[in-house]
Amino acid sequence: MSVASLDHGMPGGAPGLTLAHYLRAARVIITREGLRFVYQRGRFISALVRPLVWLFIFAAGFRAVLGVSIQPPYQTYILYEVYITPGLLGMILLFAGMQSSLAMVYDREMGSMRVLLVSPLPRWYLLFCKLLAGTLIAVAQCYVFLAVAYWWEVEPPLIGYLTVLPALLLAGFMLGSLGLLMSSFIKQLENFAGVMNFVIFPMFFASSALYPLWRVRESSVLLWQICSINPFTHAVELIRFALHGQFALIPFAVTLGCTLVFLGIAVWGYDPGRGFMEARRGA
Amino acid sequence: MPALEVEGLSHSFGKRSALDQVSFAIRPGSFTVLLGQNGAGKTTLFNLITRLYSNRTGSIRIFGIDVRKQPSRALAQLGVVFQQRTIDLDISVMQNLLYAAGLQGIAHAEAKRRAQTELARFELTERARDQVRQLSGGQLRRIEIARALLHRPRLLLLDEPTVGLDIGSRQGILDHVRRLCAEEGLGVLWATHLIDEVHADDQVIVLHVGRIRAIGDGAAICAKAEAPDLRHAFTKLTTEARAA
Repeated sequence: MSVASLDHGMPGGAPGLTLAHYLRAARVIITREGLRFVYQRGRFISALVRPLVWLFIFAAGFRAVLGVSIQPPYQTYILYEVYITPGLLGMILLFAGMQSSLAMVYDREMGSMRVLLVSPLPRWYLLFCKLLAGTLIAVAQCYVFLAVAYWWEVEPPLIGYLTVLPALLLAGFMLGSLGLLMSSFIKQLENFAGVMNFVIFPMFFASSALYPLWRVRESSVLLWQICSINPFTHAVELIRFALHGQFALIPFAVTLGCTLVFLGIAVWGYDPGRGFMEARRGA
Repeated sequence: MPALEVEGLSHSFGKRSALDQVSFAIRPGSFTVLLGQNGAGKTTLFNLITRLYSNRTGSIRIFGIDVRKQPSRALAQLGVVFQQRTIDLDISVMQNLLYAAGLQGIAHAEAKRRAQTELARFELTERARDQVRQLSGGQLRRIEIARALLHRPRLLLLDEPTVGLDIGSRQGILDHVRRLCAEEGLGVLWATHLIDEVHADDQVIVLHVGRIRAIGDGAAICAKAEAPDLRHAFTKLTTEARAA
């Protein structure tokens, strides 16, 4: 069915809006985010260098210190580099989510967010498109990272490169939604440093990204409990299993649930009638 | 049917009232100046009309469509130029225009055609591929107005569009918007604190500390304030309000 033939479909029930309108808006939002990413070469390079430093230096250094026993989804002993690869993919998504949160706050301060918000489309859809755009860019970064990691003995089964795609998308959505949610709370760009200290670092380190949870439990039950309820842990485990062609139900359910909750609160936060936009007087 | 009809609109931030019982209407194809000093409530009013803020009291209708009840339909009638720069500095002029057109649901080929037309009209065709950050303040403003016109709105809102521009750029933008109003029947609400931007036959709304002090053409405002000219009338109306 062509887009033109769908012109009378009105998703979301907004009168006068057509499916073609929704699709065109999604296309330009994704294109704009892509262009900005390409033009900001430093952002691309740092997004790639960060996990590679962890892979090449941190993992090499800790290979001997942190032994990883056989545990699902792995069927044999694995290199530490192999173990932390899903965590580093999660790291890419986490930083991308926070980056898009930063971009939202920047856009709001610079005013360009207004162009988006005064368009006739429902606000939830515009935010969803922003989220989709950010996630697609982050997932593309993940595949570039996987391609480089392949030459560093991180060789998941070929099917894994395909099966990890939905996991990366879902995890990207969850972390992007979290970023979106935070951007609705953050009043000024300067406050963003707090995000690094109170969100990114605790989320990343209190997770299974760098070490298996059973090892954490050996040293602290409380920390293990914190790691177990950390949504980032579930995102990483979803990616880990998917990268080996397996489906992990609980991580999937938790990641999906958190995505819906974070996105719901973010949409509420950006609603002119209920949220924080007006209280901030910044729109 | 008025192009814009605002009735009994009040708004406050916490305990501080920003707008108090504001009511006015704009005829289609008319040029209306919203005249007020800094802090008068002009931007708050714009944010309510464009639904960046939600109105809790009163009503706002654009060509009869209630902004609160049918925001999508109402906003589709509207072109907006904000006081703050809202253009993306990292991408090109054409990419900015195509982005805005896409948000309005215009197909890519048509969007490109309209963007080229608008750029030609603003004598900016040769800057289409330039990054926005290379443009002057006056050119940026013209791009923002061109962008606001891409979806052929019936009502154009401009919030202090000439702030920070030199006299030549200011006059050029003002003349261009007046021409659009006269030749294409576009309704215009032009917010400013600069009295010299007002023409004698414009409808003027004097807004001060969130309240409308006077509405009418220049002569009516002067008559109400019992002042010889608009400058004196504006000073008198806002000073009286402060004293009261």
